Amino acid sequence: MTTTLQRPPSERPDFATELRDSRLPLWLPRAILLGAVAVGLALAFLSPLNIPQAVIIAWLLMWALPIASRIVEGSRKATDRTVTLLVTSAFGLALIPLGSILGLVISKGAPQLSADFFTFSMRNVVGEGGGIYHALIGTLLITAAATIISVPIGLFTAIYLVEYGAGNRLSRWITFLVDVMTGIPSIVAGLFAYALFVIFFGEGVRLGIGGAVALSVLMVPIVVRACEEMLKLVPNELREAAYALGVPKWRTVVKIVLPTAISGIVTGVTLSIARVIGETAPLLIIAGLTDSVNFNLFGERMATLPVFTYYSVKFPGVPPEASIDRGWGAALVLIMIVMLLNLVARAVSYFFSPKGER
Amino acid sequence: MAKSIDVSDLNIYYGDFLAVEGVNINIPAKSVTAFIGPSGCGKSTFLRSLNRMHEVIKGAYVQGKVLIDGQDLYAPEMDPVNVRRMIGMVFQRPNPFPTMSIYDNVLAGQKLNSKRMKKSESDDVVERSLRSAGLWAEVKDRLDRPGSGLSGGQQQRLCIARAISVQPEVLLMDEPCSALDPISTSVIEDLIHELKTEYTIVIVTHNMQQAARVSDDTAFFNLSGVGQPGNLVEVGRTEKIFSNPEDPATEAYIQGRFG
Repeated sequence: MTTTLQRPPSERPDFATELRDSRLPLWLPRAILLGAVAVGLALAFLSPLNIPQAVIIAWLLMWALPIASRIVEGSRKATDRTVTLLVTSAFGLALIPLGSILGLVISKGAPQLSADFFTFSMRNVVGEGGGIYHALIGTLLITAAATIISVPIGLFTAIYLVEYGAGNRLSRWITFLVDVMTGIPSIVAGLFAYALFVIFFGEGVRLGIGGAVALSVLMVPIVVRACEEMLKLVPNELREAAYALGVPKWRTVVKIVLPTAISGIVTGVTLSIARVIGETAPLLIIAGLTDSVNFNLFGERMATLPVFTYYSVKFPGVPPEASIDRGWGAALVLIMIVMLLNLVARAVSYFFSPKGER
Repeated sequence: MAKSIDVSDLNIYYGDFLAVEGVNINIPAKSVTAFIGPSGCGKSTFLRSLNRMHEVIKGAYVQGKVLIDGQDLYAPEMDPVNVRRMIGMVFQRPNPFPTMSIYDNVLAGQKLNSKRMKKSESDDVVERSLRSAGLWAEVKDRLDRPGSGLSGGQQQRLCIARAISVQPEVLLMDEPCSALDPISTSVIEDLIHELKTEYTIVIVTHNMQQAARVSDDTAFFNLSGVGQPGNLVEVGRTEKIFSNPEDPATEAYIQGRFG
């Protein structure tokens, strides 16, 4: 038995109008934004209110848009505009600390930057003059040593986890411990390195390499995580293709998996360097501070930019102004190095990624 | 070159799970043997067991014998890496190495094993392999370009060139055309016809017409139910399997009256 499905006669006489809906004019959102900005500027500069108060009033004015939307467009579009406003506000709020830190450090630090600032140490400097050469060298050497220690350990751990461990009990333990290591406070890493070197050199030891060890304790878990994620991204088909050609597993890892993942690995390592280069607490303990240039990681104290900044501001001496200014300059240089590393990471991931896939 | 394969009473396991049960088959040299059957019936697993590629998956092992030219592939002193050098494989999805040029992709088998070759010698190998794979005319002017820049059909032929450049005895193909358009498919089928003069070829396919077109022998795999192991139902000359199969299940599958 067959029945013919018959649609009931259309009950939509106003088909054309039903498809349409009332809508705020397209220029209105922009007009409200411009209006709020204009009011905010006017309040900030022409009234006794201060800038934060003006910003808050301007932000409250922006709510005119969702309210108008609810009246004209109905609840669905009003909700959309409300959420858009909230999300954008959260983004703006998150930008405030970043912007103000950058603004403050640049405005206070930029006047300090000069050829002398980069080429002089603090040796025999009292009051004005002097520079961060010794701290810059220390930071670069210690971070480089930390990288040399951490990258092989981290990369090999990641290779074990992805290529060999593959979910066995040992690799689950390693993953758990790496997660724990990620959360180690940096001061604990510094104390660990200090305690380690005290065993060999006695109390009061201060060595650049100790700082490198402390930093690598912080760096290894980051490198492991980054490399692990990148190795997991390498398609299994490539490994199988290599196995099917009679390539042993270790050659497959070295010649197929690592080259395919190299851009991500280098990016991850660069970002992990950027993460630890600003660490202060561990270096305060184990690397110490000096006014002289020290190229020897294995002997004597070593100045670094974060520690230098800390001491310049905390113990400026008399008169304090020159020392505090040098602290701001060193902070700016540190931020510039971190930004540069991030740019390098981006460039590396662009140039190292497999050709034809860009 | 080109060897025959004898399989007797082969059971393939993934851990506790018996995936393929009791396969007995003789794959003659210098011919094309097609494996057909519904999804999940174990034909790919069986194909991969022929060069021990299924062992890449953790916990996989076999019972029974796979003899290639009288040598048992699963004898304890056999090295799976050496086995795979003898028995090449082409996969379902083209998988050229993205970090390598076309030239290096063809030579991947040699380069990855750090085999030293003179430039002239490696040029010869590349040209010969690409000619055999029917790709030489299309890529000879851009051998230094990345292999991932080729079209899907060209990439698959590049993978075939890569597989035959190490001069294997047997070439296993796991649904080599399922990701390709009809024109690329027909190019690869022609290629299979030419390659069988030199190699023993085993091909898994879901395309019955393709099995009928390219193969000399056809083996039909089936599984009796979900969770049951797959098994070899019937094997014979392709004409016979497609015109007058012995098992009613084979007939039903081939005529599309399956299930």
